[in-house]
Amino acid sequence: MLREGQIRIPSGCAISGIFSRSGKPVCGDRIVQSIAVMHDRSNGLGGGFAGYGIYPEYKDCYAFHVFYDDVEARQRGEQFLERHFDIVNLSRIPTRKVPSISNEPLIWRYFVNPLPHKLADSQLDEREYVARCVIRVNSTIEGACIFSSGKNMGVFKAVGYPEDVGEFYRLEEYSGYCWTAHGRYPTNTPGWWGGAHPFAMLDYSVVHNGEISSYDANRRYVEMFGYRCNLLTDTEVIAYIFDYLLRRQGLTLEEAAHVVAAPFWDTIARQPEEKKKELTYLRKAFSSLLITGPFSILLGFEGGMMALNDRLKLRSMVAAEKGDLFYVASEECAIRAIEPELDRVWSPRGGEPVIVRLNQNNREEVQP
Amino acid sequence: MKINAEKMHFKVLNQQVRQCEEPNIVIDNCCGQRYIAAGLSGREIEIYGTPGNALGAYLDGCEIYVHGNAQDAAGDTMNDGCICIDGMAGDAAGYAMRGGSMYIRGNAGYRAGIHMKAYQEKQPLLVIGGAAGSFLGEYQAGGTIIVLGLGCKGVPVGNFCGMGMHGGRIFLRTEELPPDLSQRLVCAPATPEEMDSIRPALERFCAFFRQDEKELFQKPFYCIVPNSRNPYRQLYTGN
Repeated sequence: MLREGQIRIPSGCAISGIFSRSGKPVCGDRIVQSIAVMHDRSNGLGGGFAGYGIYPEYKDCYAFHVFYDDVEARQRGEQFLERHFDIVNLSRIPTRKVPSISNEPLIWRYFVNPLPHKLADSQLDEREYVARCVIRVNSTIEGACIFSSGKNMGVFKAVGYPEDVGEFYRLEEYSGYCWTAHGRYPTNTPGWWGGAHPFAMLDYSVVHNGEISSYDANRRYVEMFGYRCNLLTDTEVIAYIFDYLLRRQGLTLEEAAHVVAAPFWDTIARQPEEKKKELTYLRKAFSSLLITGPFSILLGFEGGMMALNDRLKLRSMVAAEKGDLFYVASEECAIRAIEPELDRVWSPRGGEPVIVRLNQNNREEVQP
Repeated sequence: MKINAEKMHFKVLNQQVRQCEEPNIVIDNCCGQRYIAAGLSGREIEIYGTPGNALGAYLDGCEIYVHGNAQDAAGDTMNDGCICIDGMAGDAAGYAMRGGSMYIRGNAGYRAGIHMKAYQEKQPLLVIGGAAGSFLGEYQAGGTIIVLGLGCKGVPVGNFCGMGMHGGRIFLRTEELPPDLSQRLVCAPATPEEMDSIRPALERFCAFFRQDEKELFQKPFYCIVPNSRNPYRQLYTGN
């Protein structure tokens, strides 16, 4: 089969997110009901979800979700994992048969900790060690793809409509404080399991509606820092950009948003002096990470979620609140379908991030 | 006729609307169904809930009243009739309107009224009660856009208001003007004649949304029109 990058299919997407500020768990079936309303925005070639706070019993372990093409790929993958990690638990991810979802790869889940001596030998901090292992598996082990690698979170994705993907992965059996969802309508490239959203690195996950015209410039830049864009689809690079800016460069979410959705120079020129300095610095220091083209994205991370539009707002996004719950979606109907009465509904402006976090007293140690 | 649109696909809903022989239709529990009343004429449609994208696209003479918010591209390329939204509207409301009128009680998203045009008796009108996003009236070629900025502090429009506009008028009810208005636009306090020309629209807005008319005149109105002396001067090269 020709995969993404080898073939171009010229042909919209849907995103939805729920965030419980109080930390009170939300059942996975809620996000499935929400994204299902926007069925006609996707075409059955990809659906996926990311849930946070879903593995409390293993919250200190990295949860790896892995696709294997076949048994041999699994053996190669597990050999690597055993050499680098202490595997606390492993199992197939429970799925159920859904008529519309077929040709599934082998889908496994591992709860792991880095082997202490390996980690010490590497002279890397723990998260960098894990990230490098993930990149190595995905770029050197044929037929293996670690598509989720954070703590107490997980990505579930497949080729199919999102509501079918939710049923396939039995999402009603999970609950967490944050959910993001994606319905895919691939423009330019075919749909395959690895190419479905969300794309994740450590606890960062991205769902995206849009098309990045700066993909190759962004890819060349992040690949200088060891990332490998193996999935040859534009959204993958956004996940690595945020991992690079937030984890490795230590930028705040607002700063990272102003890098990827930088205001125009003439908009910057009208800002107060301090703000002008800051925005100018960010645009100049990370000019290769400006993302051009239309996008609306949801970035999930440990303890929070950020919604962001491109600076021209070329894709739709509506946000809403009801008590401690925050909702965001491509269309308001996807929010109303699960929460008919809302306290507040608004459309975030282009390039202005909406950031929600767990309330202070419910926040566990959020890593820097 | 009343249609309960709960969990109904847009194709089914639109078929029922089109086939309905009664002129009055009420759609209840609407949730995201697209293209409602697209190209339709001669009906009065009341919608409870959240109609989907492209509500009243190519509308050709219906009266539509939405009890709730509209999503993107409401009134896209509408030709005649009236769309009333007792709430906010998404992006690209009144995109390429060529006739009829649209009243939005709350805010409108980005690109409201872009590419709006007019020809002889076809004079489209878009009234936004709250604030409008960026690119309001971009490439506007004709017709009237009115932004009232009710309940909004500061400038009631985003960036690039009227960019590339070459016909029609944009009225802003505000004390503060957009800081980035193009040199190819002329912006001045609305004259008494200009105010008279939009008074029926303002009265209708107040009647639709139970708005106090006096409050409207507590802030000044500005009128933005293209600078027609030489609209393309130095757009590409000195001429």
